[in-house]
Amino acid sequence: MDGLINALYSIPVAGVLFQLAGYLVNVVPDISPLILQAATPIALAALCGVMCERAGVVNIGIEGIMITAAFVGWYSGVLLVPVLGTTAIGPFGMSLALVVALGVALASGVVISALHAWLSISVRADQIISGTIINIAAFGLTGYLNNLIAKTSPNGAGAFTQFRPPREVTDIPVIGWILNMFLNQGPIAMSVIVLVVIFQILLFRSRWGLRSRAVGEHPRAAETVGIDVIRVRYRNVLIGGVFAALGGAYLSMEATNSFQQGMTTGRGFIGLAAMIVGRWSPVGAFGAALLFSSSTALGNSIKFSPPSGDLGTILTSLPDQVYDALPYLVTIVILAGVVGRSIPPAADGQAYEREAAT
Amino acid sequence: MTTPDAPVRAPALEMRGITKRYPGVTANDHIDLDVRPGEIHALLGENGAGKTTLMNILYGLARPDEGAILLDGQEVNISGPSDAIARGINMVHQHFMLVPVFSIAENILLGEETMAGPIFLDRREARRGIVELGRRFGFEIDPDLRVGSLSVGWQQRVEILKALYRDAKILVLDEPTAVLTPQETEEIFAVLRRLAAEGHSIVFISHKLYEVLEIADRITVIRRGKVVGQRLPAETDEDDLAELMVGRGVQLTVDRGESHPADVAVRLEGLEVKDDRGSIAVRGVDLEVRSGEILGIAGVAGNGQDELVEAIVGLRHAAGGRIGLQGADITHASPRRINEAGVAYVPADRHRFGLVLSFPVADNLVLTDYYRRPYARGFIRNDEAIEATAEERIREYDVRTPSADVRAGTLSGGNQQKLVVARELSRDLKLLVLDQPTRGLDVGSIEFIHRQAIAKRDAGTAILLVSAELDEILELSDRIAVMYRGRIVAVRDGRTADKNEIGLLMATGGEARSPAAAIGPAV
Repeated sequence: MDGLINALYSIPVAGVLFQLAGYLVNVVPDISPLILQAATPIALAALCGVMCERAGVVNIGIEGIMITAAFVGWYSGVLLVPVLGTTAIGPFGMSLALVVALGVALASGVVISALHAWLSISVRADQIISGTIINIAAFGLTGYLNNLIAKTSPNGAGAFTQFRPPREVTDIPVIGWILNMFLNQGPIAMSVIVLVVIFQILLFRSRWGLRSRAVGEHPRAAETVGIDVIRVRYRNVLIGGVFAALGGAYLSMEATNSFQQGMTTGRGFIGLAAMIVGRWSPVGAFGAALLFSSSTALGNSIKFSPPSGDLGTILTSLPDQVYDALPYLVTIVILAGVVGRSIPPAADGQAYEREAAT
Repeated sequence: MTTPDAPVRAPALEMRGITKRYPGVTANDHIDLDVRPGEIHALLGENGAGKTTLMNILYGLARPDEGAILLDGQEVNISGPSDAIARGINMVHQHFMLVPVFSIAENILLGEETMAGPIFLDRREARRGIVELGRRFGFEIDPDLRVGSLSVGWQQRVEILKALYRDAKILVLDEPTAVLTPQETEEIFAVLRRLAAEGHSIVFISHKLYEVLEIADRITVIRRGKVVGQRLPAETDEDDLAELMVGRGVQLTVDRGESHPADVAVRLEGLEVKDDRGSIAVRGVDLEVRSGEILGIAGVAGNGQDELVEAIVGLRHAAGGRIGLQGADITHASPRRINEAGVAYVPADRHRFGLVLSFPVADNLVLTDYYRRPYARGFIRNDEAIEATAEERIREYDVRTPSADVRAGTLSGGNQQKLVVARELSRDLKLLVLDQPTRGLDVGSIEFIHRQAIAKRDAGTAILLVSAELDEILELSDRIAVMYRGRIVAVRDGRTADKNEIGLLMATGGEARSPAAAIGPAV
């Protein structure tokens, strides 16, 4: 067996491809859960984007909602632990304090979204500016509060722990790796898949989805058949806030058990890019987020444990920055080559004014 | 064609003493309107006469200050569009209220969904219902087609089906024929007659007199918010209706006299132009316009007319071919150079291209030569000269404005268009491009603009007229070119052209029946 592999690897050019395949087989089982973990906050941000923009509201304040929820979730934990304790009450290391803190984080996301909804739907302010204000304010405020608190370095409410699927399952080639990716996860990362599937089905098969899309494409037409455009938009932006807040809470309550200033590092914006690459559909956006995070994971893997042989020589001769840029390069290639023109909802970003105000 | 068997049935709809005041204007002043079951009732009036306000009140989009609405003799209070729909009132808007990326079925379902359970749509049942409904009114439709891919005539049918799907008893159609070819208009009329025969009441809003005479059982004319008369088609004619509508005698067709075409003013050779998405919209057009003649381009909107016009005036790059203006090549010249070479342009969209709405009237009148003497000295404006010119143009072209200093956006549509016409026509021209010059204007303004165009022609200017209104083309053009899918498919003499032939060319391009032109109607 090894002899055969070595013989294949030594064929010029084709050998390098065989080496690449071998390398992937080697590293993918280990990094596959990491891929979904990296994709989780991006995918949730993208779902928030799809939720808002399908109804015609551009939300670039996702980043701000995420950082707020990350901070609020963590700090609620800090405050709640002395009161509620850290006794586990369920799977995934859930304690009462942790669950309540998550609830508070989601509520904070809804509050910030309500501000964006009010500014862009009722006040009809420029939606880009409203989103920008939210981003700047959220970063400044959470950073400032974090500075005040961090001197005493308190503990959070702990983090959600991961489910460990049995080795027998994860060792099955390919299928096991995929299962490992989806199952070797905490509750938030696992819920993403469920949310994506439900959202996709509802958006294209339900009354709510039909009306939401109509409001994002041609609000006047929706109004003339008796749909309350303003209400649909508010509702979607608020639900979107829950998605984004979940993404933010993931960072401070599942991926880590702490808050760092600016810890979202642009994931809200990458989520918006994933939304565009995914053509404003939940499954597409999730796919784009996965693509992005898997190229990040692969880049890191090559950087830190490069393959051996000719392939390794070639790959290590490239500067590290190439691998840092890999996710962006892949995104550009996919966007230009595979997806083609991605057309946003026709009324995306346009404030709606009711006809003939009385 | 009246309904002789209409003795004392209660009207399906009665509007009594409807009054609606907006700050400064009374849009509806004690309007009475009654529509009987199975009647086609035409509501005739100029733009701004109050037709739309009245219908918005009926549809719950606006609330009357006074008056009552009765349905089948019962007074009702309509709180909004969904309430109106629930009461059997439906409206087909002038600008279609259809979502282009949705399928026919999705558009019809929207707001009135057939459900399988509390969350999900029952698409199969909906599809079946729509196909069946279509058959009842004589058209086969595939509910899965995307609405954006349909011809305008078929989109209109979808709008009507949408209303019928909601069990409309009263159907309001707001200028339904504005964008249709004569054949499509006939087809829609057939559908409307069928609906009326089944007992639906139809309110038909229009300002096209001959259509109203053809389709309506009764005609109510409103002017400046008041009902000024009611007529039966058998007892009236176009002149009578026009006078009622405008309040004075109107010459409906401008006496255009003989044209005296001279040398070729503009010559297009193999012109190719791309649209915004980069596909070819104008495919090798060869065309000449002579000085002193009006060449009308007929065609259904979206067949490359916009791109053609924009290439001539320099707003769009020609992808191939040549544009010559009295021998000089202006193919790739800048809009300013083309303007200075003697080309004037009255654009279809006066808000986007013709005027700066937030600028005063005076500034708008010198938009094309503000940088030249006497309006500028070096880079300093000469306000006196601008003011003087503005006053003169306002008088000459009868622009109704409080002064030359008010913002152009505050004027009415007709006066805004007069402003554009005043600026573009008041200099020596070689070529005048009129793109939909009277769209959305009232009869009085149309008459004025048509006269100005004829006068300019008689002064020796070449005129290229683009209009989606076939009547306008037929009325003004010395020659008519039909544009279909980016090509000129036929050129006819303006005086002898047959309206039906032109309409057919517009719809099919002269091919027997282009398979992609529309999904085949089964009427």
